[in-house]
Amino acid sequence: MSELIIKNGYVFDPISGIKGDKADIAIKDGKIVDKVSAKAKSIDANGKTVMAGGVDIHTHVVGPKVNLGREMRPEDKLFRGSVRGGIVKQGKRMEMGFSIPSTWKTGYSYARLGYTYVNEAAMPPLMAPHVHEEIRDTPIIDISAMPVFGNNWFCLEYLKNKEIENNAAYIAWLLKATYGVGIKCVNPGGTEAWAWGENCVNIHDPVPYFDITPAEIIKGLIESNEYLGLPHSLHLHGNNLGNPGNYTDTLDTLKLAEGYKAKNKFGRTQVIHNTHLQFHSYKGNSWGTFGSAAKEVMDYVNKADNITIDLGCVTLDETTTMTADGPFEHHLQSLNHLKWANCDVELETGSGIVPFVYDKDSAVVGIQWATGLELGLYAKDMMRVFITTDHPNAGPFTRYPRIIKWLMSNKARLATLDSMKGKAKVIAATDLASMDRELNLYEIAMMTRAGPARALGMSNMYGSLAAGADANIAIYDLDAKKLPTDPELIEEAFSKTAYTIKEGVIVVQGGEIVAEPPNHTVWTKVTMPENTQVMRDIKEKFTKSYTVNLENYAVFDDHVYRPRAIEVDVA
Amino acid sequence: MPKVIENVGCPYCGCSCDDVRVTVSDDGKKVLEVENVCAIGTEIFKHGSSDHRIRKPRLRQPDGSMKDITYEEAIEWTAQHLYKAKKPLMYGFGSTNCEGQAAAARVMETAGGMLDNCATICHGPSFLAIFDNGYPTCTLGEVKNRADVIVYWGSNPAHAHPRHMSRYSIFPRGFFTGKGQKKRTVIVVDPRYTDTANVADIHLRVKQGHDYELFDAFRMVVNGHADDLPDVVADVPKEQILEVAEIMANARFGTTFFGMGLTHSDGRNHNIDIAISLTRDLNKVAKWTIMAMRGHYNIAGPGVVWSWTFGFPYCLDLTKKNYAHMNPGETSSVDMAMRDEVDMFINIGTDAGAHFPIPAVQHLKKHPWVTIDPSINMASEISDLHIPVCICGVDVGGVVYRMDNVPIQFRQVIDPQGLLDDETLLNKIADRLDELNAQGA
Amino acid sequence: MAEKYILNMITQRAVEEGIAMEIGKTSPEYFDACNIIEMNEQDMKKLGILKNTNVRVTSESGQVIVKAVVARQTVYPGLCHIRQGVWANQVVPPRTQSTGAPQYSGFPVTVESAPEEKLKTALQLVQGAVGMWKEV
Repeated sequence: MSELIIKNGYVFDPISGIKGDKADIAIKDGKIVDKVSAKAKSIDANGKTVMAGGVDIHTHVVGPKVNLGREMRPEDKLFRGSVRGGIVKQGKRMEMGFSIPSTWKTGYSYARLGYTYVNEAAMPPLMAPHVHEEIRDTPIIDISAMPVFGNNWFCLEYLKNKEIENNAAYIAWLLKATYGVGIKCVNPGGTEAWAWGENCVNIHDPVPYFDITPAEIIKGLIESNEYLGLPHSLHLHGNNLGNPGNYTDTLDTLKLAEGYKAKNKFGRTQVIHNTHLQFHSYKGNSWGTFGSAAKEVMDYVNKADNITIDLGCVTLDETTTMTADGPFEHHLQSLNHLKWANCDVELETGSGIVPFVYDKDSAVVGIQWATGLELGLYAKDMMRVFITTDHPNAGPFTRYPRIIKWLMSNKARLATLDSMKGKAKVIAATDLASMDRELNLYEIAMMTRAGPARALGMSNMYGSLAAGADANIAIYDLDAKKLPTDPELIEEAFSKTAYTIKEGVIVVQGGEIVAEPPNHTVWTKVTMPENTQVMRDIKEKFTKSYTVNLENYAVFDDHVYRPRAIEVDVA
Repeated sequence: MPKVIENVGCPYCGCSCDDVRVTVSDDGKKVLEVENVCAIGTEIFKHGSSDHRIRKPRLRQPDGSMKDITYEEAIEWTAQHLYKAKKPLMYGFGSTNCEGQAAAARVMETAGGMLDNCATICHGPSFLAIFDNGYPTCTLGEVKNRADVIVYWGSNPAHAHPRHMSRYSIFPRGFFTGKGQKKRTVIVVDPRYTDTANVADIHLRVKQGHDYELFDAFRMVVNGHADDLPDVVADVPKEQILEVAEIMANARFGTTFFGMGLTHSDGRNHNIDIAISLTRDLNKVAKWTIMAMRGHYNIAGPGVVWSWTFGFPYCLDLTKKNYAHMNPGETSSVDMAMRDEVDMFINIGTDAGAHFPIPAVQHLKKHPWVTIDPSINMASEISDLHIPVCICGVDVGGVVYRMDNVPIQFRQVIDPQGLLDDETLLNKIADRLDELNAQGA
Repeated sequence: MAEKYILNMITQRAVEEGIAMEIGKTSPEYFDACNIIEMNEQDMKKLGILKNTNVRVTSESGQVIVKAVVARQTVYPGLCHIRQGVWANQVVPPRTQSTGAPQYSGFPVTVESAPEEKLKTALQLVQGAVGMWKEV
């Protein structure tokens, strides 16, 4: 049996409460164990930082809109020098693309950052077989995917009639049909409205024909989620994303969680995970009066312990925006006039794609950048606040080391701010210049592994160095006792691990891919009594409205690769 | 007892119908009956259990005849030639499942060659337009459930996509379209009075090759410049343009289905580019979507699979091995053939012998030519090596992408009786190439 | 000889061609489905072509013998159509406007009455073009 021991590293593991002490981590047969035999292979981590493998709670890496983004943007491959010929092929396959990397590059890049599990944030159920094909072709990292429910006709009808039990039974059926992990909701009602060219701009704006409000959809999905006791909570992208003054809509949305308590056996505490909060935290009534509402929003989040969030930090790159929020992308193309893709998906959802240049010399972009960082710096409970870029929307995930640098170093933030042409406007419209908080490595470990793993209900498997967890480990070339004064060295250390270990196998060494063990598809298997009403409704919708037969809709078992089920029993 | 298999996918056109019923013989070797399928689909299932089907690879002999060989010999022959070739081209994939297309990507990345699919001669120009202008589209169910205005422009589904109008567009009664055809306005733009034009409410008989001008006229009207329109544009009178523009602008949900009439004519990608621009314009005043009438049941597949593999949908240059390159015109199959640049040709799941202009075929034939295809066709009959494989949807299942990029899971209906599927065959070739590369290194 | 009358040729899919192709490209069905040129009746009169007789179609890149018929899916005068496939591709110009897609539709051809010429089979055309055709 294979044994490994990582010796003398500075260990940061919020799940077991280790805050940078020197400790040894023992591994046997792919799991963390208390001890191993003397024959164990040893890795010397002296002077290095040891954390659990990173967990990305919200990223767009596999599936139809990600891939249409790749397809429609050849320039995303062509203009990045480090990709074209600069990189010597590391793994078995070539690595292509910057903001929307190829599947192989996605797997290799996450592994190089020390991440070993990521959660695809939006799976259109009808397209689930596509998502699973891409998971097959993504090396190393485990992947789960959340089907979208916020504009699904079944849910709109059940929730309008307050039929939580039926809605929950439908959700359980769909999780099995798509091998999905949890409930995603994007612009509730707004994407259905977009099928008629309209939108739902606040939580009380009714959905055309279905005559239900976004607020009712959100509350209904929370109740359904807690009825089932799923590992993760409702994962929400609310209404009115991206617009000046939207923070009041965001607060209205977050307040819908009041009075709800998480019910599950997985250690999850929140009932809403509000994703990419940066895009939802704006003041002002026009682009001219645009400003950050990070403080107002975080004041609420800090008090509400049944809410988790991720940041959605702007990285100041040229990137590709993509979301199931179809009306938002249409709005965005009317602002930047770049190419625009859209795909409305029958009975379920929609999506849009628009390239976007986060030009640091635009004041609005500078304010967005500052807002994302402020959210992190205003946060009190770092186990409820996670680092993301809403990859690739606010920037590619490969920039996580840069976000970490900015959060850990005021000097780095000020240097970036200084380089902006709209610096004065950014300073006036945000608090960032006056914030001197610098996060420490323990807080970073909470925001990148332990926290997201707990919010996903999987901290027994991921984001943990406690015995029994998967042996997913990142070792960074960073002396925790003597952090470099040059913040660039922090970014560099987080960019390329000294070692990444996936289920006990060394996959990255010295920043290079050295092995490609097969990944897992993580999904939630709900066992509950069959609901004949719901099964009848499903048959009817497939007979009348879908263009794919019911028997071909659910992903065939042999089209799911190395599945790993989280089991939930509903009596 | 014969067995009935339901919900079978049809491996013909881009409709990728998944409601076929196939009755097979007790031993699972013969297709006895096919239902819910168009005349073309019927022939594919019949062919699948034909006694004339080729079941062994055939290698051309010095006297010009073909001799049966084993799969192992065919794999070795192909791998050796790929290993030796400097710029081999693998082209086709009009009838291959996605698993096979993914394996093909591995073969050509390993070999360091060119990889292209039938889109290069069909909807390749549409890709070029999408690169420039995006793609505001929807799934076919949205059309069925919502569309009240349908435009077929340079496409003739009555012939090329026999069940398109009945399953998805004109005739079905969807959720918000309970009256079916009665409440839909159908507009056909085509230089010919096609059988599709025959069922339309309005036929705009455009002058062949002048579609761009007509799109431009519609854009003028939608953007408020109707007064500046000449009396006739591309043979279409102004009154008719104004009438149709009015219908488009008042649509609750409109869809434009475009086809080869645009991509094969003068202007190519520019015709599609302006079609997308018109769709964008219309979205300011109404709800509009646009969709390419992809020809084959999984010809969307290679574009999808290779986009996640390499970031490009077609015309791939993998000769650098470290990174992929795409530049249609330079790396497109017919252009490379005409410049006589490739030194080996693998025709897979298509028939370049019949469907390339003959001068391109003459150039390609100067070099080793392998055909991987279930059927006898023009390509197989001029090949040095013909390797028969399973027919997707008949002898092997797999994922395919419908014209709207919706993945459809196809089923196997009969026993392959010793035939290899594309994925298995190609992975064996790649494995052998890996060995040759390792020995060479 | 009179001034040459230039027609505009398009090549597109037809359901008969689709069915025949799946039966097999060496089949009589494919032969019958694809070796015809569809024309406007006025053009046939002008060129002295009788219905259902053979004609020679010549383009910048080649020529082919096909049978002339009046198009059922009407073409306007000046436009003509050969169903996509082996016969059409004897005359389709391989130029692509740098897009990869040949000029399958919209290229100039001349059509001349050639009642004495014989139609060739698909195999005869393709194998013949690459020096492999052997008369049996």
